[in-house]
Amino acid sequence: MNSQANLSARTAFSQHHEIHTMTALGTDLATPPAIPTTERLAHWLRGRMRNLAPFVTLLALIIFFSSASPSFATGSNVWNILTQVSVSAMMATGLTFVLLCGEIDLSVGPMANAAGVLVAYFTLQDASVNIANIPLPGGVAIVLAFIGILFLGLVTAFGVTRIGIPTFIMTLAMMEISSGICAIAVRGQIAYAVPDLVKTLGAGSIGPIPWIVIIGALTLAVGHFVLTYTRFGRYVYMVGGNREAAEYSGVNVRMVLAAVMTICALTAGLAGILGVAHFGSAQQSEFDDFTIDSIAAVVVGGTSLFGGQGGIPNTIIGLFVLGVLNNGLDHVRIDSFLKILIRGLILLIALIINVYAQRLRAKEE
Amino acid sequence: MSEAAPPLQMAGISKSFGGVDALTDVDFTLHKGEIRGLVGENGAGKSTLMKIVAGVHAEYQGSMRVNGREVHFRSARDALDAGIGMVHQELSTVPELTVAENVLLGRQPTNRYGIIDWARMVREAGDHLHGLGLDIDPHARMGSLPVGMQQLVEISRVLFSGAHIIILDEPTSALSPPEVERLFEVLRRLRQAGPSFVFISHFLDDVLRISDSVTVFHNGRCVVTEQAAKIDKQWLIERMIGAGHGELEAGYTAEFRLDSRLDAPVVLETEGLSLGRAYRDVSLQIRAGEVLGIYGFMGCGQVELARTLFGKLRPDAGAMRLLGKTLHLGSTAAARQAGLAYVPENRRSMLFYQEPIYKNVTISILERLSRLFLRPQEERRLAAERIKQVHVVPPRVNRLVATLSGGNQQKVGLAKWLTFLPKVLILCEPTRGMDVGAKADVVKIVRGLREKGIGILVTSTEPETVLALADRILVMRKGEIGHEFAGELVSKDRLLAAS
Repeated sequence: MNSQANLSARTAFSQHHEIHTMTALGTDLATPPAIPTTERLAHWLRGRMRNLAPFVTLLALIIFFSSASPSFATGSNVWNILTQVSVSAMMATGLTFVLLCGEIDLSVGPMANAAGVLVAYFTLQDASVNIANIPLPGGVAIVLAFIGILFLGLVTAFGVTRIGIPTFIMTLAMMEISSGICAIAVRGQIAYAVPDLVKTLGAGSIGPIPWIVIIGALTLAVGHFVLTYTRFGRYVYMVGGNREAAEYSGVNVRMVLAAVMTICALTAGLAGILGVAHFGSAQQSEFDDFTIDSIAAVVVGGTSLFGGQGGIPNTIIGLFVLGVLNNGLDHVRIDSFLKILIRGLILLIALIINVYAQRLRAKEE
Repeated sequence: MSEAAPPLQMAGISKSFGGVDALTDVDFTLHKGEIRGLVGENGAGKSTLMKIVAGVHAEYQGSMRVNGREVHFRSARDALDAGIGMVHQELSTVPELTVAENVLLGRQPTNRYGIIDWARMVREAGDHLHGLGLDIDPHARMGSLPVGMQQLVEISRVLFSGAHIIILDEPTSALSPPEVERLFEVLRRLRQAGPSFVFISHFLDDVLRISDSVTVFHNGRCVVTEQAAKIDKQWLIERMIGAGHGELEAGYTAEFRLDSRLDAPVVLETEGLSLGRAYRDVSLQIRAGEVLGIYGFMGCGQVELARTLFGKLRPDAGAMRLLGKTLHLGSTAAARQAGLAYVPENRRSMLFYQEPIYKNVTISILERLSRLFLRPQEERRLAAERIKQVHVVPPRVNRLVATLSGGNQQKVGLAKWLTFLPKVLILCEPTRGMDVGAKADVVKIVRGLREKGIGILVTSTEPETVLALADRILVMRKGEIGHEFAGELVSKDRLLAAS
């Protein structure tokens, strides 16, 4: 047989078929018309709304509070704000990984609480604290607290990736489980003693700089480094960007999801362990508000609720928006009940911008 | 008019999508109690026409009359109100509900307090099914019924809603031969009572068996309508592929010998692979340096088979062997590590639109590119080579994939497997929706890979795609591998005749 003839018959064949589809796809080839400059600028702004909106919000808040209160824009108050956002910063680091994958973790507050309570549970408490705890050397207590939180994170990861429970529900269960662990360990008491290392890092300073600010900044920095410069970080973005495509590219999606849930538990644990020293005690429900605060920081910063877009720089802006807002509202002496409402409204606006930004990008596809 | 107007009469129907004509000046008349077959290749216009009838497409030129009355449907609801119902290939029944609830879906009888009257619902549904000669328990949960039964329930529902014209889209594609037989029995009985049916199908044998007459579509035109008794499958195929049109015919009936390499070593092999209703007992071999084409109609199980080979789905039974070693794929990651590569059938499942080209290209090879830390410069360099190789225009690796044209996007999806060559490459619909140049590029790339000794599997619902690419062709039909074309003369009409 002559393969030459075969080939030419085939070529004729495929060429013929192409004639049909050519007209159908001719539009693909058309060059776009020239776009006026203003429109281009609008396009550029729209594309960056996710990053610009939080930044503009932050600037506006700073300008507003600076002009409204003389005590706001002072050096000592800057340290106040930095210290106030440090605990959330650690939790928000892990949450950024989770949200970038398009998932959520509602258990970060109680998980932090569990870690904090565990470290206190393994520390010798004052005689007045009536809990049957197990005093151990400080280093051991810290390690055990981290092992405990690692275990909780792995349970979340297992439930999500092996059993297939949506993170929303799975972490809701873990929220209760973590709270339960705290309840059993402290039995309604307040434990004050923590290991010395924890006390230093949570409540001490090096010169004028509080250790907790350094640890918070370090956590964010490591998170940013991992997300930006490592293979795992790339997978996090790709899984969030298009989970199906990641899977068909041979990425182990379940492994990535398991890892982000575990990382999130660990950063929450770090926040909790240092947090009990920072706030001076370990007790039930201590970090419950931090769940919402840290999720809000990530979302307000502009990391997409649907995954794939955003990152630690966004989270840092988000932390400052909320930190400045919380702190600034105290300086302008506003009704503290109104304060909660204002925070809620800011969060709602951030959510609207977030979803809107997503839609604008989707339109471009 | 002396006799009653026909249930459906369409004249001069034209419809275009973005400047491309999908239908050109089509006349179509359906008679009372008739079963009309509608055949044509993918994109010939038969589905477009029926979507106009069912109110899905509201924008079109021409006129449509239902029972002699001029109509122009704006929505599926309008069409349903006028007595036109459609049963899609993917059934729209609710598996968690009972048969009775499904039959009366959206029109459940209520008592005077507005609460659903269950007893009456079951009675009405039961009477209705019985009246249609269907022996189905109205209490049964829909999901527990076989697909054939579920389909009959859906047809009953459409009838119960008062439809007198029922469009059946590929109704036999998921049915076993006895189920097809029962469906036909029911249809023949039903039409005595008056309703007319339109039977859209690729299964020409089925069309010829059940239809009174058959209408053939080709390139957006209604080519011919003929009584089923007077024609055969070959006659239909010739009309469908545009035979009798001079040089067109040459392209479609041109025969060429498949260059099958039956002596090459087997790379990937399956034995008795089965997965639920999707496919059964699939045994095939992909050889080194060979392109194996699998051709079949939509829903024939080829997509599921391809996904199984890449570890996305797990088979119920059967074995897979790669280079003689048994494969147990727990994930797509395991499949990639074993040396398999996969390009899915739509762009949405292969691309990261909001990421630059280079990240799309290197996603599958990051492990070999970096131990822990990324090397973006190296990534960009490699990606630049790859996209040049597949002719992505413009070849700028930092461009967001979302800003590329469709054909270029698809080539980016292919490019990710070209740096470290896989042992087996699975391509689903590799040229669907591509323009001339892009198609030619893909053919060139696939041939190049074949020369390098990769085993390639191409699955497609378009005969042209497998004919242009494959060295050996398997025809898949309702989840089973049927005819094999190897080292023999093939042409499009032979391929269609075998499917």
